[in-house]
Amino acid sequence: MSGATFRPSDAVDFLVIGAGAAGGVVAKELSTAGFRVVVLEQGPYLTEKDYRHDEIRYTYQAGLTNDTKLQPITYRKNESEQAKPVKAIMYGRQVGGGSVHFTANYWRFHESDFEERSQFGDVPGAALADWPIKYADLEPYYTKAEYDLGISGLGGANPFEGPRSKPYPLPPMPVKSSGVLFERATKKLGLHPYPAPMAILSQPYQGRAGCVHCGFCEYFGCEVRAKSSTLVSVIPVAEKTGRCEIRPNSYVRKIETDAQGRATGAVYFDANKREIFQRAKAVVVCANGAETARLLLLSKSKRFPHGLANSSGLVGKHLMWDNGGLAMGLFEHPLNEYKSIQVTRVIHDYYRADPKRGFYGGAGIDARFNYYPANFALQGLPADAPKWGAEYKKMLGTYFTHTMTLLAHTSSLAQPGNSISLDPDLKDAWGLPATRVTFDHHPDDVATMKWALTKQIEILEAAGAQKTWTSSMSLQDNMPSVHLMGTCRMGNDPQQSVVNRYNRAHDVANLWIVDGSNFVTAARQQPTATIQALAYRAADYAIQNAKKGDLKA
Amino acid sequence: MQSTRRLWLSQCVGIAALAEVAAAQQHAHEAVQSSTAPAFQTLDPATAAEIDAITSQIIPSSDGPGAHEAGVIYFIDRALSTFDAHLREAYRTGMAEVQQKRNELYPKSTSVAALAGEQQIKLVKGIETTPFFELLRTHTLYGFLGNPSYGGNRDHIGWKLIGFEDRMVFQPPFGYYDGGGQ
Repeated sequence: MSGATFRPSDAVDFLVIGAGAAGGVVAKELSTAGFRVVVLEQGPYLTEKDYRHDEIRYTYQAGLTNDTKLQPITYRKNESEQAKPVKAIMYGRQVGGGSVHFTANYWRFHESDFEERSQFGDVPGAALADWPIKYADLEPYYTKAEYDLGISGLGGANPFEGPRSKPYPLPPMPVKSSGVLFERATKKLGLHPYPAPMAILSQPYQGRAGCVHCGFCEYFGCEVRAKSSTLVSVIPVAEKTGRCEIRPNSYVRKIETDAQGRATGAVYFDANKREIFQRAKAVVVCANGAETARLLLLSKSKRFPHGLANSSGLVGKHLMWDNGGLAMGLFEHPLNEYKSIQVTRVIHDYYRADPKRGFYGGAGIDARFNYYPANFALQGLPADAPKWGAEYKKMLGTYFTHTMTLLAHTSSLAQPGNSISLDPDLKDAWGLPATRVTFDHHPDDVATMKWALTKQIEILEAAGAQKTWTSSMSLQDNMPSVHLMGTCRMGNDPQQSVVNRYNRAHDVANLWIVDGSNFVTAARQQPTATIQALAYRAADYAIQNAKKGDLKA
Repeated sequence: MQSTRRLWLSQCVGIAALAEVAAAQQHAHEAVQSSTAPAFQTLDPATAAEIDAITSQIIPSSDGPGAHEAGVIYFIDRALSTFDAHLREAYRTGMAEVQQKRNELYPKSTSVAALAGEQQIKLVKGIETTPFFELLRTHTLYGFLGNPSYGGNRDHIGWKLIGFEDRMVFQPPFGYYDGGGQ
């Protein structure tokens, strides 16, 4: 917290909205290139000193994520239903955003992910499309992200991944018992396990500590700065330039435009709910797949009656989210999976969509433990196990240390009816319309999850599990979704997309949109690496444009 | 031993970050100090005794200490006094339903706490599908297995039962199979 300070009346070069996985990267790239940047973040500015091993604060309460008491969310399955308050989505809400509390899986998309429509064909009911860019366009930026942020992994170990220009900067993390069992079983089945690429330091890197294996990654902020969030990696670099101000507790309600239709800055509520207008020559929205769409819809004006950058009508549409089922296995000896990072081994053998299966979709499967103590007691035992009493207590005593999870990360098709919109009735604590989520699974996504579960069970059995079980596959099981994608789709055609191939809004020349909202397809989840690669690439183009005089206000 | 550990740690995190790890260990240590909660802030003692009796059937004191010994009721009182204050009404109506059920099953009884163990189990079976029981179960498990600084999980009773250790630093191997076990 040592950056520059700008006055709201001072038109800075770039106003970045959201200090998360994308916003942190953009702020660093722009400020180190010499531009003056203000970053507005709706959440607080916390650091490793604020974080604790406290399951009650971070999983039961919304310690690092959106709090529906302040920002209610409504949910409905389709447009004919009345939306009701349901926590359907979840996102990081502090400086660093979701990169602070994420599990830190850091998968590159495959080459095929960018051209699935061409390769697979049309899927009825879905809006499956090719990206306007290819893997090769993003490859240099994946590499840049891996080196800039600090990613541990083994380059070339995943035979299904696209070509990479460099190995990972850090070796993989030590394998856990779940990884050993998974590797043994998948090899027996003729599959190709590889060390999980993680945004966690296996060794000291750029002045930060290596991981000490405390086990509190997913949902938690890292207390030793070993998780490579933007909070500890690029944001300090941005602040050090003296040209970047991170302004926390700043909740944007509208992006303003002038008579020419150019963005002029944004109005936000400060910590005391006072409205402030920060002027800027260009605006970059990095507020996540839900909040970005919501903010654009809130930014209506005479010139933009359906919301900003929304001449296509696609802002908020095509919401894709976090799909995949859980399979669990009980083993004879202790695994102690609560120690160290969540995931150490992965397979991508089932990743590609294959028309022979009879449905679109695919899965990446990882070996992990998905629970902390109380959550395990609440949800981790088989469905037919007692839920209270002496026998229940006895089961907790063995299952917690002897269980591992296989989590599938499966496809989520873009569908026109799935969306983020403004709730017409419910307001948040600032008087703004609540986020309304409309979402139902595509039948192929359900078929993929069920098919993947059979593979997960097969692997657990091959690993020698004494007992296996799965979570039910109801829609509620995938709530709240933590991956929010597709709501400001990237494309070449302004009628079929919101941003162009460089993340610039088709409708507004000095407005950039960079986060999961740009995704044309959801790949097999794990969006962070691609969000950040897009952020490095978009920043590159924004800088080139700005140097050519694009910032003249 | 201590110096070997320090050497390993310094290789792992880098010398410069040792202080950072030490600080994190210190706040981990502070956070798990059990704070005794001698008085209730929100619950009256009679209601607390009734709730305690039900939580003691969720995690009974059979084969070792359970929810009662872990002080789960103090966690619930803390929750209802702070971050879950909005759930007081749910407890009031929920406990009224429980008492009604008790009256149906055991008309001559005066309280849940005074019922025999077998009767309490029968009562809990009668309410186990209600939303209030789900809330009570959730609170009981967070109180039993959550951070002791919230008043529950006294002496790490819950963590000891499941085999969880709250430490800032672990070193591989973590379990049997990554330690060479087949």
